[in-house]
Amino acid sequence: MTATEKSTSAPRRLQWMTATVRDVLDETPRVRSLVLDIPGWPGHRAGQHVDVRLTSEDGYQAQRSYSVASPPEAPQVMLTVERLPDGEVSSYLAGDLRVGDSFELRGPIGGYFVWIAALGGPLFLVGGGSGIVPLMAMLRHRAAASSQVAATLLYSSRTAADIIYRSELDRLAGKGDAFRLVHTLTRERPSGWTGLARRIDRAMLAETAFTPEASPRIFICGPTPFVETAATHLRDLGHTAHLIKTERFGPSGR
Amino acid sequence: MNGPPISRGFRGRGRGSDASARVPPGQHLVTDFPVLSAGPTPPADLANWRFAIDDGDSPVGEWSWEQFNALPQTDLTVDIHCVTTWSKLDTSWRGVTIDALLEAAGLAEPPGPFALIHCDGGYTTNVPSEDLVDGKAMIATQFDGEALDPEHGGPARLLVPHLYFWKSAKWVQRIQFLDSEVPGFWEENGYHIYGDPWREQRYDGD
Ligand SMILES: Cc1cc2nc3c(=O)[nH]c(=O)nc-3n(C[C@H](O)[C@H](O)[C@H](O)COP(=O)(O)OP(=O)(O)OC[C@H]3O[C@@H](n4cnc5c(N)ncnc54)[C@H](O)[C@@H]3O)c2cc1C
Repeated sequence: MTATEKSTSAPRRLQWMTATVRDVLDETPRVRSLVLDIPGWPGHRAGQHVDVRLTSEDGYQAQRSYSVASPPEAPQVMLTVERLPDGEVSSYLAGDLRVGDSFELRGPIGGYFVWIAALGGPLFLVGGGSGIVPLMAMLRHRAAASSQVAATLLYSSRTAADIIYRSELDRLAGKGDAFRLVHTLTRERPSGWTGLARRIDRAMLAETAFTPEASPRIFICGPTPFVETAATHLRDLGHTAHLIKTERFGPSGR
Repeated sequence: MNGPPISRGFRGRGRGSDASARVPPGQHLVTDFPVLSAGPTPPADLANWRFAIDDGDSPVGEWSWEQFNALPQTDLTVDIHCVTTWSKLDTSWRGVTIDALLEAAGLAEPPGPFALIHCDGGYTTNVPSEDLVDGKAMIATQFDGEALDPEHGGPARLLVPHLYFWKSAKWVQRIQFLDSEVPGFWEENGYHIYGDPWREQRYDGD
């Protein structure tokens, strides 16, 4: 008998589905959102991801994970992809792909890096670069559910031009419903910039995070070194490890 | 049935290498060593570090860092496969095989057919006992000739390279042998109970 036959829970097989691009939105010079029609999409929770599989004309396939950017309430699934230099899959999804094209995906995947409004807060979100994507799904869900849970987003981008979802974030922050938006830029300080302009550090996290006594639910997403830095400082500041959830998108950076 | 939709203009670059026979379906090769874990990296505290083997609820062996490092050490060079689709070839590790640990605990074989691996931070993963013995798995303390980096699971992680890499649990503290199969953390969260990369057992039901 093999271990697989011992599995007790009824398997919910994740089927490959066909996604068709309904719309393409340029978010920044290197980042593009794809609005998808996916017949049979079972719905998702904010923070989950999908696996995308591309097939070339000669049958070669490549598979990568992408977070869902849209909230469960949205009629279409949105992905947001950063084009990496020489990136096998991202340079196609955020490059050659056109409205009307189709590719395969399956999901939603992941029951861990997930926030639903009913879980309450406060909510402390820390995003680096494209790591904003699953956090944006949480903020969009919070708005769609009219949740008044106190929420703070600390969002690190290279330059002001690299900020993804900038105007939508400003709009959410302007609603006066206990959502605080803090930007930091790591590669420039434009004139008139009122946000922070350095890499995330302990002092920045101490100032922006809720106190450990408030037991915020913390979600950190971005390149690996960014996530490591943020998670380590937050733990050292006294936040309980089991309330700190992390999603690492990228390479080790070394 | 129609085949998958073709992405014209998508060329891909992963195929045709000599190494492709060593790359399971849906995986691609990387040369760096990506880090994935569910929460913060725990700080290493070697003075208080312990590794234990339990038979159900009864302890059958426990080692301090010094005692652990005095056990017979084994070098292993293996390919590793992460469920997020990267694979890395020829990674080299040093540590203590589960066979050697069982022997040091005076056991001829695992005391139960299933193992639940417990880690710092409360993370768990399940592995059938037969996948841990006969040189198939170790508790690794070195990677590439260096002490294992905390980001990569140091001071010690389980290494079960023939299963998807989430099974090679970081910051390992204890192996509990059990009579029945108890799903671990990712396995409870929709990932496959066994996780064979060659059968692409990524998610529950694959
Ligand atoms: C759970 C999960 C969710 C993800 N969600 C998103 C998302 O919402 N949006 C998104 O854009 N990406 C996301 N990613 C990353 C994505 O899966 C791919 O890794 C990324 O698009 C690169 O794939 P590629 O084929 O283009 O590059 P590859 O061909 O795999 O790599 C090209 C080069 O870029 C380097 N590289 C790989 N990944 C990164 C990175 N993240 N940053 C910088 N350099 C890198 C590689 O080391 C290599 O040198 C997610 C990853 C995970 C694990």
